[in-house]
Amino acid sequence: MQLNVWALTGIALVMVVTYYLGQRSSRFASSTHDFLVARRTVRSRRNAAAISGEYISAASFLGIAGLVLKEGADALWFPIGFTAGYLALMLFVAAPLRRSGAYTLPDFMEARLGSTSLRTLSTWFVVFIGVLYMLPQLQGAGIALATILPAPAWVGVVAVTVVIAFNVMAGGMRAITLVQAFQYWLKLFALAVPTFVLCVVFFGSNGAGSAGGLSQEAPPRFTDDTTLTVETDVLLRVDEPTSVRVPADSPNVTVWSPGTEYPVAEGTTLWFPARSDVPVVSDGALQNADWLRPAKTAEDMLGTYSLILATFLGTMGLPHVLVRFYTNPDGKAARRTTVQVLLLLGLFYLFPVMIGALSRMYVPQLLVTGNTDAAVLLVPSQMLPGVAGQILVAITAAGAFAAFLSTSSGLLVSVAGVIATDLLAGKVRDFRLAAVLTALVPAGLALSLPVEDLSLSVGMSFALAASTFCPLLVLGIWWRRLTWTGAMLGMCVGGGLVLLAVALNAISERTGSWAPWFLQQPALFTVPAAFLVTVVVSLGTARRVPDDVNAVMLRLHAPDPLGFMRDRAVARFGRLDERPRSSRGGGRHRK
Amino acid sequence: MTDDFYRRIGGIREPDPTLGKNVPRKQPSAPQPGEDQQPSPQPEPQPPPKIRRQRVVLAEPSRSPSSLRARVELEQQTSWGELLIKDLIKVQLRTGLLLTALVVLPLGALPLAFFLSPDFAELRLIGLPVAWLLLGVAPFPLLFGAGLWYNRLAERHERDFVDMIEN
Repeated sequence: MQLNVWALTGIALVMVVTYYLGQRSSRFASSTHDFLVARRTVRSRRNAAAISGEYISAASFLGIAGLVLKEGADALWFPIGFTAGYLALMLFVAAPLRRSGAYTLPDFMEARLGSTSLRTLSTWFVVFIGVLYMLPQLQGAGIALATILPAPAWVGVVAVTVVIAFNVMAGGMRAITLVQAFQYWLKLFALAVPTFVLCVVFFGSNGAGSAGGLSQEAPPRFTDDTTLTVETDVLLRVDEPTSVRVPADSPNVTVWSPGTEYPVAEGTTLWFPARSDVPVVSDGALQNADWLRPAKTAEDMLGTYSLILATFLGTMGLPHVLVRFYTNPDGKAARRTTVQVLLLLGLFYLFPVMIGALSRMYVPQLLVTGNTDAAVLLVPSQMLPGVAGQILVAITAAGAFAAFLSTSSGLLVSVAGVIATDLLAGKVRDFRLAAVLTALVPAGLALSLPVEDLSLSVGMSFALAASTFCPLLVLGIWWRRLTWTGAMLGMCVGGGLVLLAVALNAISERTGSWAPWFLQQPALFTVPAAFLVTVVVSLGTARRVPDDVNAVMLRLHAPDPLGFMRDRAVARFGRLDERPRSSRGGGRHRK
Repeated sequence: MTDDFYRRIGGIREPDPTLGKNVPRKQPSAPQPGEDQQPSPQPEPQPPPKIRRQRVVLAEPSRSPSSLRARVELEQQTSWGELLIKDLIKVQLRTGLLLTALVVLPLGALPLAFFLSPDFAELRLIGLPVAWLLLGVAPFPLLFGAGLWYNRLAERHERDFVDMIEN
């Protein structure tokens, strides 16, 4: 890949602006209160942009277009679920959670159920989900940088880690709020502009891409003789006999026939003649007709339902999403923030789908190389050769880096906050230490683990969040008879089942892909199981219902003007040496 | 939205102007000493042309003794207070479930409909596949609308609750 100076400039600019905004807004951060919840004074409009900016991760920015390219209509459920998760969060969690006054998710658990062992368990689940979610962000940074620059993947991982670690250490939540709000608009711009330009190009070329229009039945086609390098181990299949040279410089041509799956190892080069059909990786949609049609088989349909359940309910269990809700001034503001988030996300998700559809027509070779996540970065230069295309690539690359930076800094703040308050003493110094540790672990993992589809590994974190924290939050807020034993067992069963599915899935990938659909998307079974266990065990241990359940419920649900909301005492964590400027502390009534 | 005093300031909480004041009372209760200290807004004299320092007092919102008693009863969880807050929780939960049904039923029916009826899945409207429009565009306004509606309902319930406590 040739060096794209524009793209390099775009990425560098995003990094510098991110760093600058972070350092600038962290000048005012002095107390734990600043670091963990930005003094709980973030206005709802800025908070909504920050939440959306943090939420639009690599999986949304790059992954959705890649999945649309590969799987077609069924992949459209990802954006729907990612957005609908906020509706579920708003309907059942947002305002009461904010009124609980907690700092972190384990904090809330302890306040509601009064059990320190439950608190410890949820601490570990928060850390685990956070790291699991941060991993694809960093890997995505590696992929993106390797796609547009002749640089090894680790450069992207290291660059992103360094920038976010410095920002988070400098100002915690206070620093990243402005950064994330800025990055939402940057990402929207970075995807909307190329989409409009490419749509104009597309309709200018009479609505058919170089690889054939989408309405034709057949698979997409290569326009020229094409040589490709496969970037991960893939299983390929074809729809009609296709001649191919493996490797590309071998003298004899082999013919692949339909109905067989051809394993191709990483690094292999392939050569295809012009006008031949594009082979597709084994789990992708081969023909355009299949690609256009949702829910072709019963398995597809059930998998879709499982995905819907995971994303609808998983959003409310993601630590970096919840922690942003604690920054609202009160419960009502938390709800208003969520409404605006629904608008901002809905606006954004129109674009990756369109780019995914365009990339099916213009960069079908990604279906062979398995690198479908790079579609957003490659379509512009494919459709628009020359400087115009390169500038568009630069814009999307800058947006992609904004995605990596904002999501991983949000995750870093939430995980570091949990570690600092639960495992360490909760001072600002501890927060900084926790931030460094939390940044190093996923960076190390990202450098050592193989890269999977971004949206799929993110999908797994959603399933995990939906089967662990969702039952606890929903039942804890609306059901008086929840006990800590029930909550703990429910979390163990739900989380354990998802982790089992992850493990079996990993084994099956190495031993011939025998895993059925419910191992790849287990939420359809694990979420009801977690709810069931929680309810049954709670009913069985009714003696352990906490004594103060009525007081807690009052605090969670009483409207804000009555003033029952109690923020967790700042004093419990200590402060930085100088006192915060407001001696009244709390900041509860401040705008 | 009925409460535009929230809109004006970008969703940031300001004390509800109807709170603790005797504006919307239907029946004026017996005159209470606490209310005497709240002078009705008297017409300000024309501000002099030069800029004068204005005194801003941030005080605890003054409440009438009856509302204070209601608050205490809520806090102490007397049977009456417990019943009140239970009712509020119930009505909020019911609203949430209703709106969930409103969103999940149409969206959740789509995969089944696509699976059972291939004709529906392949339907086209002026050249565009209907399935893509239904999945790629239509859900987002639906979700936003549901969120907006819930916000309005939930805030109305809370306002009603506060009004009830204040009286």
